[in-house]
Amino acid sequence: MTSLFSRGFRGRPRSQLDASRLPPGQYETRDFPVLSAGPTPRVSLAAWDFAVRGPGGQTVRWTWDEFQALPREAITVDIHCVTKWSKFGTMWEAISIDTLLAQAAARDVQPAPYLLAECDGGYTTNLPLADVTGGHAWVALSYGGEPITPEHGGPARLLVPHLYFWKSAKWVRQLRFLERDQSGFWESLGYHNYGDPWREQRYAGDE
Amino acid sequence: MPATSERAPPTSGSGIATTLRQPLRPIAWRLAAVVDIVQETPRARTIVLQVPEWAGHRAGQHVDVRLTAEDGYQAQRSYSIASAPEDPHVALTVERLDDGEVSPYLTDELRVEDKLELRGPIGGHFVWDVKVGGPLLLVGGGSGIVPLRAMLRHRAAALKAAEINARRHVPARLLYSSRRWDEVIYRDELARLIEDDPTLEVTLTLTREPTKGWMGLRRRIDRMMLAEVAWPPAERPHVFVCGGTLLVEAVATALIELGHDPQRVKTERFGPTGGAT
Repeated sequence: MTSLFSRGFRGRPRSQLDASRLPPGQYETRDFPVLSAGPTPRVSLAAWDFAVRGPGGQTVRWTWDEFQALPREAITVDIHCVTKWSKFGTMWEAISIDTLLAQAAARDVQPAPYLLAECDGGYTTNLPLADVTGGHAWVALSYGGEPITPEHGGPARLLVPHLYFWKSAKWVRQLRFLERDQSGFWESLGYHNYGDPWREQRYAGDE
Repeated sequence: MPATSERAPPTSGSGIATTLRQPLRPIAWRLAAVVDIVQETPRARTIVLQVPEWAGHRAGQHVDVRLTAEDGYQAQRSYSIASAPEDPHVALTVERLDDGEVSPYLTDELRVEDKLELRGPIGGHFVWDVKVGGPLLLVGGGSGIVPLRAMLRHRAAALKAAEINARRHVPARLLYSSRRWDEVIYRDELARLIEDDPTLEVTLTLTREPTKGWMGLRRRIDRMMLAEVAWPPAERPHVFVCGGTLLVEAVATALIELGHDPQRVKTERFGPTGGAT
């Protein structure tokens, strides 16, 4: 496709690249950049809760203490931000969405084919159910062995590492299940509805 | 930086459905021609581009730039658009990151008549136009001034034709932090803008080695500075904050503490580090 070479551009030494780990158009960073569209919300843990809401409005809630008591998994994953950076081998402790859905089902709250993750500060992002089940997604509570800092989404953020990182919503408070797909924040502002980094689905219309 | 990850309309849990609407065509890569280069500071320059079939943009949006080496290796980065929608050409202002892969090429190597591949415009959140109204509060650090400059140029162009009273409805204030006087991007242009317009106020602060004779502010933007410079929260300004993570975190947090509505504070962060993880 590309017929243009950028005169005089060499780029980083290729030996430093691990092409099999880097999706198209991404570069590796060792930092952990912070990106968000507004101020960092701060919420007291006493007032914090987490909810799973079925399509009919039935809702299961956990207080912070109840949520903390849920079984956690240690996860090491590569993450990919739509702004082009990727970070390899990030380490999290997180509660599997499968665990949350099993507990919700035990209390008669069933999921639906789509969900909208809703967050403090009003941020939302949409995901298909199939992308958050089967061990593909978590709610993370710690990063690098420490509680997640507010600017990185603490106290709890979604972790969906196989999609661009805007889907891993910071400050997540509720998973709202829906019979029909509904765009989240960036998805209604020109970004791709699904966001697979390996297919480079950055913006609406890509692919 | 342009484009981003997370955040914030007032719709949480409100059940307001947004219709899914994906354009049929992707945002195409275009081969732009470099028509001019302006050295803004020792480390930053503006690249003026002729972009074929450019459909226009809104102030605050960005583009993705793609470089291709002779062996086919490619690197992409995002850059804010520095020009106003009214300007005849698309311009990018790029600051050199010494350990960067793309910015040193753009600041040191790229020449007039070279071609540059880009696609855009991108981003629908960190945008402003005069129809949104004012007051307008812009807070920037370093090259975070770039999308704010697009807003100021747009404002000046849009109000030029309008009656003098129109300006009073969209008064604007810019608070801009730079390390040193010679690193103040668009210094002369900002001076010209305030000369032409009594409803625009520009406040500079220099955080390192302030030039001898600099009588202005000499510290990082803090809450007290914002309390003096920003509009009172009761005026409900539209606020845009752009810069490195530390600046944006500090400014956005201070604005909320001062009582500004979080939904009116839009941020764009860039920079190599997230500070403390």
